[in-house]
Amino acid sequence: MAKYINDGTIELDRGVSVYSCAAAVGRMESDGPLGNCFDYAAEGAELGLTTWEKAESTFQQYAFDIALRKAKLIKEDISFIFAGDLLNQCTGSAYGLRDTDIPFFGLYGACSTMAESLALASLFADMRIGEFFAAVTSSHFCSAERQFRFPINYGGVRPPTAQWTATGAGCCITSAAEKAPFVKRITVGKITDMGIKDANNMGAAMAGAAYDTINRHLINTKTTPQDYDAIYTGDLGQVGTDLLIELFRRDGVQIENIHKDCGLMLYDREKQDVHAGGSGCGCSASVLCGHILPMIAEGKLHRVLFAATGALMSPTIVQQGESIPGISHLVEISDRQEG
Amino acid sequence: MQYLWAFLVGGALCAIGQVLIDLTKLTPARILVSYVVAGVILGAIGVYQPLVDFAGAGASVPLTGFGNLLAKGMRKAVEEDGFLGIFTGGFTACAAGVAAAVIFGLAVALIFRRTDRTRQE
Amino acid sequence: MNISKKEYAKLADSYSAPSKLYITIPKAFVSGGIICCIGQFFMDIYTMLGNDTDTASAYTSITLVLISALLTGFGQYERIAKHAGAGTLVPITGFANAVVSPALEFKTEGLVLGTGAKMFVIAGPVIVYGIAAAFVYGLILFVISLFGG
Repeated sequence: MAKYINDGTIELDRGVSVYSCAAAVGRMESDGPLGNCFDYAAEGAELGLTTWEKAESTFQQYAFDIALRKAKLIKEDISFIFAGDLLNQCTGSAYGLRDTDIPFFGLYGACSTMAESLALASLFADMRIGEFFAAVTSSHFCSAERQFRFPINYGGVRPPTAQWTATGAGCCITSAAEKAPFVKRITVGKITDMGIKDANNMGAAMAGAAYDTINRHLINTKTTPQDYDAIYTGDLGQVGTDLLIELFRRDGVQIENIHKDCGLMLYDREKQDVHAGGSGCGCSASVLCGHILPMIAEGKLHRVLFAATGALMSPTIVQQGESIPGISHLVEISDRQEG
Repeated sequence: MQYLWAFLVGGALCAIGQVLIDLTKLTPARILVSYVVAGVILGAIGVYQPLVDFAGAGASVPLTGFGNLLAKGMRKAVEEDGFLGIFTGGFTACAAGVAAAVIFGLAVALIFRRTDRTRQE
Repeated sequence: MNISKKEYAKLADSYSAPSKLYITIPKAFVSGGIICCIGQFFMDIYTMLGNDTDTASAYTSITLVLISALLTGFGQYERIAKHAGAGTLVPITGFANAVVSPALEFKTEGLVLGTGAKMFVIAGPVIVYGIAAAFVYGLILFVISLFGG
């Protein structure tokens, strides 16, 4: 049974496995440095559909279907789905998974939803309330752009701190099973407001939340960054990454050697015009499901922290002059059951 | 020669806009609003029209020129129609540009398909 | 948290790389200048065809709006704008792009509530404050005309 440690950190029972995972991405993501590792790469971002919203839902459906297929499961094997995305009222998930006929929890954690859904799916697996559980998230450049910013064909100017919403979806299937990778511990994020008001600088808005969660995890588990092979953040981009490293440096903790940011890994910033890096639920989801988890399963990585980061804002609230609170949920993943 | 002045003045007006974007974090919409209002004011105090006469399209094509047009139209309307002109002057002056944007916007929306920008990067 | 909000804001600013002004400003200058020259070209043609300056100027605006609308429809305007910055924002072509792009984008929500309602979602403020500023000017002119005219 899962054990509460302290201040938001939970230790899971041995043997909560990420049984299967899959990532489905768009063209730009498959053109990036991780291009070869995704389970499905589309030609573009529209998948031949009439709306961007339909395309996003379909990416989510693909990720879910492929994750099932890889584990030789059928959808009836899944007891609960935890899913979320960036669209208003989480419609990306609701429409993407409406035909699954599986009990469904809709989540909103902005771009941290991959870690949030994986944490909940792992807890359910730990509690053995059912056998298999799915955690699914997605984002889509075009659907996010038209909801949060401007029409796709508008020639507005993006500042260098702006980030590029990733097009793609990821799905993890958890289960109580003896199959690496294993989810060991979870630290639940707190809403952390650093006072940043610039919606074009999400990395800065979220870096404080990432620091808070990772720091609490290290303290609560009595570990240091050197105990891990890597600490992944979701989508801090270049600005947020620099800030996170500086925040830890102030505590006398060095993380730059083992810290990696999914938003900086997904694209080649020299060749692809993504400014400060990638963002969106689909960014951390596709890097987790396409790159990190397979690396752990193959034994190339042993123990990592995955701290997805989200900015809990809406365009309306930002226009009203409020600052942007961030949140970061953390999942510790290992290739060993013990320790 | 006219082209050189058009290039220099038009380019300078755009460069000022770029400075505002880069240094003040003004959003594009706010910059467009500032340009139009600035054009109305400069047109009203009689500074902008000499620039148009001098630089031609270099001064009339940027949105400040649009503002100047509004001021010019307003002056004419108030002279001709008095009080009613205050209400008709603005829209009359900008009618061609705005109607063109509406009509062509509608036409493009009807004829074209949205583009997949992620394919272009 | 080991840092105050004020200190964090300062830190965030120092890490937020500013735009490279020595690249963005010349690009805006040149692209804006070129658009104005294209405008001048049409201006000359329409004048040559026997129109007075105001008429030629109006036709020039209509022509530039049409070109911008087509480029927007073909998805090319924002590709140019990515490099040109304010060079494609400030000319009337930028205004046209701001009207046409939501008209096309929100077509999926219907021709009335999508295209129709959202057409001025970006450019609306330009009309509102342009008309308002002109109205104030007109009011002043009218008052002056009552006393002095």
